[in-house]
Amino acid sequence: MNSIIIGQYVPGDSIIHRMDPRTKITIIFFFIFIVFFANNVTSYGLLVVFAALSVFLSKVPLQFIAKGLTPIWFLVAFTFILHLFVTKEGELFFDFWIFEFYTGGVMQGLAISVRFFLLILVTSLLTLTTTPMEITDAIEDMLRPLNKVKFPVHELALMMSISLRFIPTLMQETEKISKAQASRGVDFKNGPIKARIKAVVPLLVPLFVSAFKRAEELAMAMEARGYQGGYGRSKLRQLQIGKIDIMVYLVFIAVIAGLFLTRTYG
Amino acid sequence: MENKPLIQFKNVSFRYNDKAPWVLDNVSFTIEEDEWVAIIGHNGSGKSTIAKLINGLLFPQKGEILISGKKVDEESVWEIRKEVGMVFQNPDNQFVGATVQDDVAFGMENRGIPREEMIKRIDETLKAVGMSDYRLTEPHRLSGGQKQRVAIASVLAISPKVLILDEATAMLDPNGRKEIMQTVSSILDERNFALITITHDLEEIVQADRVIVMNNGQVWDEAKPRDIFTKKEALREIGLDVPFVAILADELKQYGIPLPKEPLNHGELLEDLWTLHLRT
Repeated sequence: MNSIIIGQYVPGDSIIHRMDPRTKITIIFFFIFIVFFANNVTSYGLLVVFAALSVFLSKVPLQFIAKGLTPIWFLVAFTFILHLFVTKEGELFFDFWIFEFYTGGVMQGLAISVRFFLLILVTSLLTLTTTPMEITDAIEDMLRPLNKVKFPVHELALMMSISLRFIPTLMQETEKISKAQASRGVDFKNGPIKARIKAVVPLLVPLFVSAFKRAEELAMAMEARGYQGGYGRSKLRQLQIGKIDIMVYLVFIAVIAGLFLTRTYG
Repeated sequence: MENKPLIQFKNVSFRYNDKAPWVLDNVSFTIEEDEWVAIIGHNGSGKSTIAKLINGLLFPQKGEILISGKKVDEESVWEIRKEVGMVFQNPDNQFVGATVQDDVAFGMENRGIPREEMIKRIDETLKAVGMSDYRLTEPHRLSGGQKQRVAIASVLAISPKVLILDEATAMLDPNGRKEIMQTVSSILDERNFALITITHDLEEIVQADRVIVMNNGQVWDEAKPRDIFTKKEALREIGLDVPFVAILADELKQYGIPLPKEPLNHGELLEDLWTLHLRT
């Protein structure tokens, strides 16, 4: 049970790992925008180089990245083929029965695929190099302005961090209950689908009961330790913008500038 | 040295609602500073309710509770909780932080203690409970005993005047229990605070200065551990398990072996036995 890793975080000490999570989230946010501004080979090339460099610097083994990309291969292939068939621009270069393939279709299909690919690549790089706790801290910090409109930012972050903390606990519990129920004759693995779905009920009911009991006890323990909401609290975990972050911001601004230059002149 | 009363229960009665029976019925006792008091009783004897009343998690219907002379009520409760630290039974359900150091920090964060001070106290308290090597470990990689030690560290971090262990060892295996009891006694040597251990296990009362035995919501007896052990039959009647050593000592006496005192543990019994002929 010790192998549980929440999310897909790959521990490491690379530049990307050491970046402030707020920097990562901000950059990814803007990257998603500028990906849609690329319009020719040079500008796409620039973005691909930026993404590839990030991957290289993160030192995350490529197989982890490939694993993160598996669910979208189908989507990328599908949009590519769709564009191939539908777009009727450029020169006709292949004609077969009722199908006509144009160069414009190929280019368009490639462009969309690269976009998809880049988006998923950078976002999965975030979860690969940032612990869920860091992401929670970053979200709490970045949403702080919403406190003014009475949005419970601290409570939201606390809820997130407690849920993260209890995922392994509840997984261990699920395993325990499923073993206990299996020993009483519940069959989780065999039989028709309907029977297997029914077998989940004796697993879920005790799990929910115990989760509620845990919640109640946890609330009492938190109160006993003086928890009275976010007001007047200090924080142990602190986020700090460092040299790396400033450098990364500068590089990213250069990338944006380069993108708009190549967009116009490239 | 005259000891000051730290916790005073004055004719306290409590029940969960108007129709329920009284969980505590006219209970009075005093706990002094730096004293180790064990509260023992079978399930439902009201012993855990006492802990929750001290911490202001519950309020009594009758009588009053004073902590360092301050009455526990809705207004003083946050002040009281700075002075009363609690460790509960279930190691998992009181672990709030994502890692050991986050959990130790939780109580301090609630009190707005500055970060530098927090880091200092985390170091100190984790060292005191022997968990320094686990600062960044997640809770699911710790044993029950380790989690309870972290819970003790997080209470120590706010340096309370009293530490209450509410059946803190009940869900642990024998090794974990030993771990906790050793940790507690080593901390007691270094720091000054009152300790209240709430338990249903007579084995755990031997080190205490004083024992309060609860039965059906009332104080059944209040005495030194050794005196409690002489009342085996009566203890059994109110549903407490008498430790093996005490039973063995009784049997030995029936065979006419004179034991000078009521032995509290294996060591003492052994001591009494091997010196038996030297004394006669």
